[in-house]
Amino acid sequence: MTIPAAWYLIVSALLFGIGATGVLVRRNALVMFMCIELMLNAANLALVTFARVLHDVGGQATVFFVLVVAAAEVTVGLGIVVAIFRTRHSAVVDDLHELQG
Amino acid sequence: MNTVAMPSVHYLVILPEIILTVAAVGLLIASSLVPGRLRSSVGTGVTVIASACVVVDCVFQWVDISRHGPSTTMAHVIIEDGFSVVAISVLAVSLGLSALVADGWLCRERIEGVELHVLVLASAAGAIMMAQANDLVVIFLGLEIMSIGLYVLAAFDRRSARSGEAAMKYFLLGGFSSAIFVYGIALVYGATGTTQLGQLAGFLSANVLRSQGLLLAGTALLLVGFAFKVAAVPFHVWSPDVYEGSPTPIVGFMAAIVKVGAFAAVLRVLASGLFTQQDGWRPMVFALAALSMLVGAGMATVQRNVKRMLAYSSISHAGFVLLALWAASPRGTAAALYYLATYALLVVGSFAVVTVVSADGHEDLTSYRGLARRRPLLACSFTVLLVAQAGVPFTTGFLAKLGVIESAVEHLGWPGVALGVIAMVATAVSGYFYLRVVVLTYAAPLDASPAAATASTLATSRPRARLAALGSGILVEDTRDGELVDHAEVYGAAPANGETAVPLATAVAIAVCVVPTVVLGVWAGPLVELTTRATMLFHP
Repeated sequence: MTIPAAWYLIVSALLFGIGATGVLVRRNALVMFMCIELMLNAANLALVTFARVLHDVGGQATVFFVLVVAAAEVTVGLGIVVAIFRTRHSAVVDDLHELQG
Repeated sequence: MNTVAMPSVHYLVILPEIILTVAAVGLLIASSLVPGRLRSSVGTGVTVIASACVVVDCVFQWVDISRHGPSTTMAHVIIEDGFSVVAISVLAVSLGLSALVADGWLCRERIEGVELHVLVLASAAGAIMMAQANDLVVIFLGLEIMSIGLYVLAAFDRRSARSGEAAMKYFLLGGFSSAIFVYGIALVYGATGTTQLGQLAGFLSANVLRSQGLLLAGTALLLVGFAFKVAAVPFHVWSPDVYEGSPTPIVGFMAAIVKVGAFAAVLRVLASGLFTQQDGWRPMVFALAALSMLVGAGMATVQRNVKRMLAYSSISHAGFVLLALWAASPRGTAAALYYLATYALLVVGSFAVVTVVSADGHEDLTSYRGLARRRPLLACSFTVLLVAQAGVPFTTGFLAKLGVIESAVEHLGWPGVALGVIAMVATAVSGYFYLRVVVLTYAAPLDASPAAATASTLATSRPRARLAALGSGILVEDTRDGELVDHAEVYGAAPANGETAVPLATAVAIAVCVVPTVVLGVWAGPLVELTTRATMLFHP
């Protein structure tokens, strides 16, 4: 069975759209964060698909870099969430309203 | 026996990253080996020495380029050309100056340890990587190395809830923009089969794409990612909050290296990789530039907090650099490089002054009232830095603005002229809010007794719009308007007591920012020639 490459790209675009909508709509910092991860993985899926279509290994190698960067971001992001949770006992971004002008 | 061919490495070119990374890791190891906390002055010393080494390396690279011309190394993903060398030295100078400013701040806040220096070193290494990257993936890696350090730096003041909030906002929007950027890379890769800018340019000039859609969408996503990073309107909403909440010395560093690193990278992507796709990206850059200049300048006029005001002013500056980017000509590239070099010094210096003046936590503009009486030298430096940002002649800021506007107007036709006019309007508006602070600095301090304060309020509160044309035709408005004075009453005679001496390191940093601004503004030749020559040595 063969699946056309376009289908993978459609799935990837859908994932990216869901992730982007989630970041814009959801108010919990952790959920927003997961949505960003979803967007990064959508990009990974697109990269792998293109790499297969183009018979080029570059796209697949790029995915590794993206994965590593995503892991580093998680480390820092969770650290910041924990630091905020300690002072405010909330991870909802709407509660962050000290900075407004 | 099978062998694996390794790409050749020109170590001189990647030495800046090596120096900064070794310094950062070395500091970390030393801090864990030394019993007790490592003093923060050690960190400052190492950071300043490392940045000085990078500048020296840049001189060697410049000589190398002058002899052999621009080149690429490490399988063509790293570039060595005049543009990258100048950008790297600007980044290194910003790093060293920021470390000096942060030193005074760390002493004042009684924070020991070298964590701050480790993070600024790592961030600067990322920015330098962006400045010499010739591949979208390497640009992405540089962007992330720079940003991840900055997220932590924004949260550095753990006792302050505002610092954590700033970090959270910066992190969420930064991560969002990175994800958009990666998707942009994926689409460009899908359309052209490569992420390397040189091959990209070659592919696009040799082939005609059957459908432009994929590449256009990829370019748009890349631009959105960059626009988030440099805080161009309409992707700027995070920046005033982050600037206000983050520790002040960090903000100067953040503003300087993010702008220089990201603009160096975007310039290379657009002017080198996607040069043939100008019809696609120039309208987008046009919109970003026009909106950033106008909204940045407009919003800055209504700010009460000096850090928010400087945040909006830096949004406006981003618009000016985008203007040079829109021009898509060697002259535009030179103008952008000149603008970034001067802007980096101005912004680091301005935030250094804010660090000193707002020591008591008052970042309100009213705390600048009467600064000239209390601290004449500091007020004088701040005046020079603000006036230069406003673009007054005999400062580097004027030449920078002139350069970018010229490069845009050079394109005959309405878009260039329209952008030029918008830039002029934005400059005039920005003259208002910068000079408002300058006038406030030299205004008489309010008396401590309430009766006297009210009397002086009555005397000066009438908005006397004394429109005087300075040499360049920039409008100056007397700004002792009622609002500010009323607000000043709340604080009374702002921090007249409790003045501490400016730390020596900070004073040196401010002087290093101020002196070239005036000297190179009057004796304009060398820096203009340097940036022009650097652009001539731009790798095709």
